[in-house]
Amino acid sequence: MTDPRPAVRIASVDKIFRGRKGAEVHALSDVSLDVAPGEFVSLIGPSGCGKSTLMRLVADLDQLTAGEIEVFGKTPEQARKDQDYGIAFQQAGLLPWRTVRANIELPLEIHGVDARGRAARSDELLELIGLADFADHHPDQLSGGMKQRVAIARALAERPRLLLMDEPFGALDEITREHMQNELVALCKETGAAVIFVTHSIPEAVFLSDRVVVMSPRPGRIKDIVTLDFSARDEELREDSTFYDGVTAVRMLLHDGAADGARGVENR
Amino acid sequence: MRRSRLNGVLWGILGVLAAVAVWEGYKAIGPAEGVVVGDIVILPRTTDIAMPHTWDVLARLFEPVTRAAGADVLWWAVLQAAAFSLGIAALGWLLGVISGLALALLMQRWVTAESAVLPWVVLSQTVPLIAIAPLVRRWGSEIEIGSFQWENWMSVAVIASYLAFFPVAVSALRGLKSPPAADIDLFRAYAAGWWTTLLRLRLPSSVPYLLPALRLAAANAVVGTVVAEVSIGLGGGIGRMIIEFAATASGDPAKTYAPILGAVLIGLVSAGLVALIGMGLKRFRRAEVTA
Amino acid sequence: MKALAGTRTVLAPVALGVLALALWQALVVAFEIKPFLVPSPLGIGGAFVDTADHILDAAVQTGLNALIGLGIGAVTGILVAILANALRVLDRMLVPLVASLAVIPIVALAPIFYAMFGAAANTGRQLVAAVAVFVPMYLNTLQGLRQVEPVHRDLMRSYAATAEQVNRMLLLPGAVPYVLNGLKIGSSLAVISALIAEYFGGPANGLGIAITSSAAGSNYTVAWAYVLGAVLLGTLFYGVTAALEGWSRRRRRT
Repeated sequence: MTDPRPAVRIASVDKIFRGRKGAEVHALSDVSLDVAPGEFVSLIGPSGCGKSTLMRLVADLDQLTAGEIEVFGKTPEQARKDQDYGIAFQQAGLLPWRTVRANIELPLEIHGVDARGRAARSDELLELIGLADFADHHPDQLSGGMKQRVAIARALAERPRLLLMDEPFGALDEITREHMQNELVALCKETGAAVIFVTHSIPEAVFLSDRVVVMSPRPGRIKDIVTLDFSARDEELREDSTFYDGVTAVRMLLHDGAADGARGVENR
Repeated sequence: MRRSRLNGVLWGILGVLAAVAVWEGYKAIGPAEGVVVGDIVILPRTTDIAMPHTWDVLARLFEPVTRAAGADVLWWAVLQAAAFSLGIAALGWLLGVISGLALALLMQRWVTAESAVLPWVVLSQTVPLIAIAPLVRRWGSEIEIGSFQWENWMSVAVIASYLAFFPVAVSALRGLKSPPAADIDLFRAYAAGWWTTLLRLRLPSSVPYLLPALRLAAANAVVGTVVAEVSIGLGGGIGRMIIEFAATASGDPAKTYAPILGAVLIGLVSAGLVALIGMGLKRFRRAEVTA
Repeated sequence: MKALAGTRTVLAPVALGVLALALWQALVVAFEIKPFLVPSPLGIGGAFVDTADHILDAAVQTGLNALIGLGIGAVTGILVAILANALRVLDRMLVPLVASLAVIPIVALAPIFYAMFGAAANTGRQLVAAVAVFVPMYLNTLQGLRQVEPVHRDLMRSYAATAEQVNRMLLLPGAVPYVLNGLKIGSSLAVISALIAEYFGGPANGLGIAITSSAAGSNYTVAWAYVLGAVLLGTLFYGVTAALEGWSRRRRRT
């Protein structure tokens, strides 16, 4: 943590979507947030609060309307071109005609890594996600959790210092989901990457994050930030009272005042 | 919205102009005998007989069909022939749509019927019934019931309907089977019978599948009509006109293109008519499926 | 249960086919229908065996025209679709031209092609087949190229992939089922178009010519035997392309 620069600096960002008939949707209003290197930050809030949009702006998948975003001191566009971040979505988004291994190697292939280098890296990653036996399987032969693990391995392929994750476990059942959360904690410890993690789930955000950013809709803005300081993130934490305190704190913020917002939160 | 449509039209016009430019450009610089490799002509000949000037083709439309006194102007003759063919094609289309829908219902109702009939429906399209048009013609002359006399144009309509029924049968079956299991269960829970389920669920949800099929059926009916006119030898329509004018191509090459423009017109008009049907069924087509 | 369903998918159509043939034969025999009306299936079968050599020659000629047309039409259809997908301007310029091609009876172009490429060569027929194939090939490929899931598009953008890489790694593999479906549709069209183009002139060889000349010479049973040849040729083209599509679908496991 010697790099004094934040991994991501978001300063007074506005995002307005312009619809076809001149209708405007104010997706984000005056959002500012710094993410330190190695820090795990969750974005949580009801549907329409702009949390995914914020992540997409950082990824340079959408363009901001006003304000400024820096990723490792560069513009998001430059960071994207330099492959400074890895990304995973709610849908695993694996290419159905590629094997598990070939899917993990996709970004390496695109950036001209030779076959030997690709194989070496995908071996490591397959080992890391525990799917070495499934290297030559096709995505349709995998369960939802396995697909998502492959998608995360793909996001890690180029050893990014920043991971962007948009509800990556949103489509999984509760049991698989907790299991994947444990794995993600281990992966983050190992890679030391900063993470921006979009989620609907309060316990998930609290379990994983150093900070939980609570957002509110119409227009999307940051309501408050809950800092969590757990000594260890393991199965015991899930039963711990400090964990429940964190959950309660986030839930209070989400429910506070905004009745319409509260209904939008799924407490999974 | 309106602006983008206008834009589309402008680009389309530009596309047609570009095609004309390619035609005239090649005609200007291409060798008269075409580009020949070995003894095969790879690129077309550029003589006025093979490739008349586009403006000659247009100008020819406004001259009389023949030099005989009192001959109609060409565009009018083409238009009459096109209307004649369009009428037969419409009849063929209607017959094809009715039989296609009936087959689809039969196949939806009884699974055994589907597995027995569907392979033959698919196979039927690899059978060019058009190829037996010369034989179909022979049948017609045998059919005579009371004062009813089978005429050649009826054979043409039958052949057109044979080409039209296939896309309707296949797509209608897909459409009738398209409601998800949950919807079917819902209707079952309502104790709705087969007819109710058909009218309230299956038919409405087959509309997105059916509309492209109707369009395809219209195109097929037009093709069937024009070709059957040629092979049965039915006069009065566009198909026969193409053959007749092609025979005089060496003396009057631009004339050959007039009935072909007429065929394009029939095709576009029939597609437009089907599009009108689609407008009427607008509320059922939230998502259109391509045939 | 599965075995029962399997029996039904094979047995039912075969049973229906045999039944129809038997009924046809019985009707022809019972009512003494003359061959010029409808020959009996056995009669057609006999004529087919007797003229097998000629039918094969004619089928090879027509089949070759169809195959060349299928090749030309498929390759140009795919290439133009890739270009149109990349260049919106081209796509919009092609709209009226493709719409016209889609609705006109393409065999009507046969006389023009004979004039352009010579009535003594088969080029005109091959081009009629090619143009007929081009339309479904172009439309299907273009549709396939546009079936990209947003998540895949986002992914490729996040990798800063070049247009060429997006085409090669995402769009084209994704479009394969659509391309093969277009090829399947095109294969039937190629055979029919090549065959019907023979009715509009050109050299005196091929199945279409054989059907008309046999019918004109009152050899109706022989004409039907040639029709059977055309059926078999069409089935061959369709069967091969359908098998190709099925094979790729199993391979891709989509």
